Amino acid sequence: MARARVLIRPKTGILDPQGEAVERALPALGFGGATDVRIGRLVELEVDDAAHLDQMCERLLANPLIEDYEIELLDPVPSAA
Amino acid sequence: MSVRFGVVRFPGTCDEIDALRACAAVGDAELLWHGDADLKDVDVVVIPGGFSYGDYLRVGALARFSPVMGEVTKFAEAGGSVLGICNGFQILAEAGLLPGALLPNLSLRFVCKEVDLVTATARTPFTSGVAVGETLRIPAKHRCGRYYVPDAQLAELQANDQILFRYAEGQNPNGSIDDIAGVCNEAGNVVGLMPHPEHAVDALLGSIDGLRLFESAGRTPAAV
Repeated sequence: MARARVLIRPKTGILDPQGEAVERALPALGFGGATDVRIGRLVELEVDDAAHLDQMCERLLANPLIEDYEIELLDPVPSAA
Repeated sequence: MSVRFGVVRFPGTCDEIDALRACAAVGDAELLWHGDADLKDVDVVVIPGGFSYGDYLRVGALARFSPVMGEVTKFAEAGGSVLGICNGFQILAEAGLLPGALLPNLSLRFVCKEVDLVTATARTPFTSGVAVGETLRIPAKHRCGRYYVPDAQLAELQANDQILFRYAEGQNPNGSIDDIAGVCNEAGNVVGLMPHPEHAVDALLGSIDGLRLFESAGRTPAAV
């Protein structure tokens, strides 16, 4: 069993209107200088076989045409007491 | 013998009754349930609009795992006529039956208005009765309708005559690349578009132009 975190975000070059809207809103709060804001998704999951994660991303968690993904393996799941 | 249309209902579909009415105007029409791996021998499959599976994960991403979609895929690969409208288009794109993907509108707003669609190809079963260059006035209503393909693939779509409709100049409601409102697969039998022809089949509602797609399919001999 492995715990994993998958970060999914729009591919470079794909307009991200959510990111742009947030970028425009930040100066209103006095935070100048924030650029290149991109908004994606975070999927956390536990899997029996971490080797499946890549295919899970390719075929469902992300759409490879429009999204990039990064898989991060976390600490092993603590066994039930 | 009249053409038999099957309209697929998923959990979260909301336009299936209008689609049924539009199909029934030109042939026989019945509902197909997403959980049944059975197309009931229909001649044409329509995947209507709505919010299948609540648009969870990505629009259209989960519906393609419904049992009916395996049959739709076989039907499409055998040359059967398939029309995806709005969420149906998103589902067909996620299922890999149509090229490209649908992204959130550039405005980030839900768009709901009539648009003029310029017909780009008449080689599909759903546009065979429409002339290239002819304009159809059809309502669009969506939040994720920005059609996208990478540039290289866009050139392929153009070269292969796979662009079905473009939004008329100045009317692109969502930021779609090349003003694309709908596309077809390379063979031309699988078609998807964001605007809703099934909502434009009665003069009382402003336009009957949508009927043209269903009439075209009703006239086309079944390929399967």
